[in-house]
Amino acid sequence: MLEVKNLEVAYGALTALHGVSLTIQPGEMVALVGPNGAGKSTLLKTIAGLLVPRAGAILWEGKRLNAVPPQRIVERGVALVPEGRRLFARMTVRENLELGAFTRRAQTERRAQIERVHAIFPRLFEREGQLAGSLSGGEQQMLALGRALMGLPRLLLLDEPSLGLAPRIVESIFSVLAELHREGMSLFVVEQNVHAVLHLARRAYILEGGRIVGEGEGQKLLQDDHVRAAYLGPLARGATS
Amino acid sequence: MILTQQLILGVLVGALYGLAAAGLSLTFGVLRVLNVAHGELLMLGGYGTFWLFTLWQIDPFLSLLYVAPAMFVLGLLLYGALFQFVVQANEEVRIKNSLLIGFGLTLILHTLAIHFWTADERAVTTSYGGAVVRIGVFAVPLIRLASLVFAFAILTALHLFLAKTRWGRAIRATAEDWEAAALMGIPVGKTYLVAFALGTVLAGIAGGLVSVSYSISPSIGLEWTLKALIVVVLAGLGSLFGSFAGGILLGLAEATSVAFLGGPYREVMGLILFLIILVLRPQGLFGERG
Repeated sequence: MLEVKNLEVAYGALTALHGVSLTIQPGEMVALVGPNGAGKSTLLKTIAGLLVPRAGAILWEGKRLNAVPPQRIVERGVALVPEGRRLFARMTVRENLELGAFTRRAQTERRAQIERVHAIFPRLFEREGQLAGSLSGGEQQMLALGRALMGLPRLLLLDEPSLGLAPRIVESIFSVLAELHREGMSLFVVEQNVHAVLHLARRAYILEGGRIVGEGEGQKLLQDDHVRAAYLGPLARGATS
Repeated sequence: MILTQQLILGVLVGALYGLAAAGLSLTFGVLRVLNVAHGELLMLGGYGTFWLFTLWQIDPFLSLLYVAPAMFVLGLLLYGALFQFVVQANEEVRIKNSLLIGFGLTLILHTLAIHFWTADERAVTTSYGGAVVRIGVFAVPLIRLASLVFAFAILTALHLFLAKTRWGRAIRATAEDWEAAALMGIPVGKTYLVAFALGTVLAGIAGGLVSVSYSISPSIGLEWTLKALIVVVLAGLGSLFGSFAGGILLGLAEATSVAFLGGPYREVMGLILFLIILVLRPQGLFGERG
């Protein structure tokens, strides 16, 4: 289980998160929504260890994660699919997947896990020898997701998995997320596509200006006046609404 | 005919430029740190080979078996003592700080070398030193040819390491995007350490080959750093064989300018080439970043 308590993160003098608290239960799928610049990516990066918090605590399965280097956090079963995918563009699809299984824990199951990822995304098998940089946007997102799965995460953090993708591909990515959730993986998803993610996630947090301003069941938030006005109104209506 | 002979010699010296540049390119490509003391590391490798030969009559090519691991350890120490503090900063600060540290290191190593080994020029003179391979009418010095083959073999071995092994891939991944590499579970600090030590080994081996084929003295560092820098700009980052080819290209360009303009213009040609490439193709001839 992930527990974030009063987390404060700053970039120099600029405070990005002001005392954020939240929990994710084992096997739960939780969404995080909020406007641009609210600190959503900052929160995910801090949980993954890329940023060091100024105050507060991150507890994962009862142990502190803050000030633990990112490679140890992956080893403990928390993986981040970063915004913009961040693939190794000059390496092949296969090499990207194998790098995803770099940790000792994942090394031993590398073969079986590659087959599993190929079963989820047959495209990645077809493009095995191709450079990651030559893939289409949708294929790149599949590879980013597959690469993270290679590390055998129990909690998967996803930063804008639908960004810049065609609706049909978004749908297939989301159905994979739903499938992973059914298999028992915990997921924490940051999404601009609020409508779709609130349908999918059981629970959601709303982050504005570095503070959690709302929390609730996904379906209920869809009816909430503030959420409707801010994220689902005529101006904010996403592609799938 | 004289021109062809000059060009052959140009190719041979160019192979060493390429080897020196590959080391610089590796550390710069992975750590984003410009080690201007690279030439001094090369000088140290040269002295290693020279003393192993002079004191214990160890064949210079064989001595690289000792010089390479010694340089690897030196690389680990230098990274641990100096460069690990540089890589904690963001990229812009990294370059600036690495320049300062590199220049400081240059002065220290240069002075130490003069102190211990005097400023004399030295060279390894083996029994087969004067041997020549005749190709048609052209005479190719055996040692320089062997150095070229050796340099190519070293780069091929390193290429295979980077392409095929788990740690080699980790180094390439770190070079592309260190944050993403960390998210894969790659200990970025350790890949920096290994890449820096490997760069130091490449400098040392190049130095050993220089001491056999040419000569060394405490002051050769700057010249070799400059050659390596020119080749890195010429070839671009990201490919060891690109560096090798770039080195040979520089050797050829220098030989051509010597043949047509005379010896004093040798260095000028390299710098002109450097400027032309910077203006027309800033990512380098074989560079992958646009």
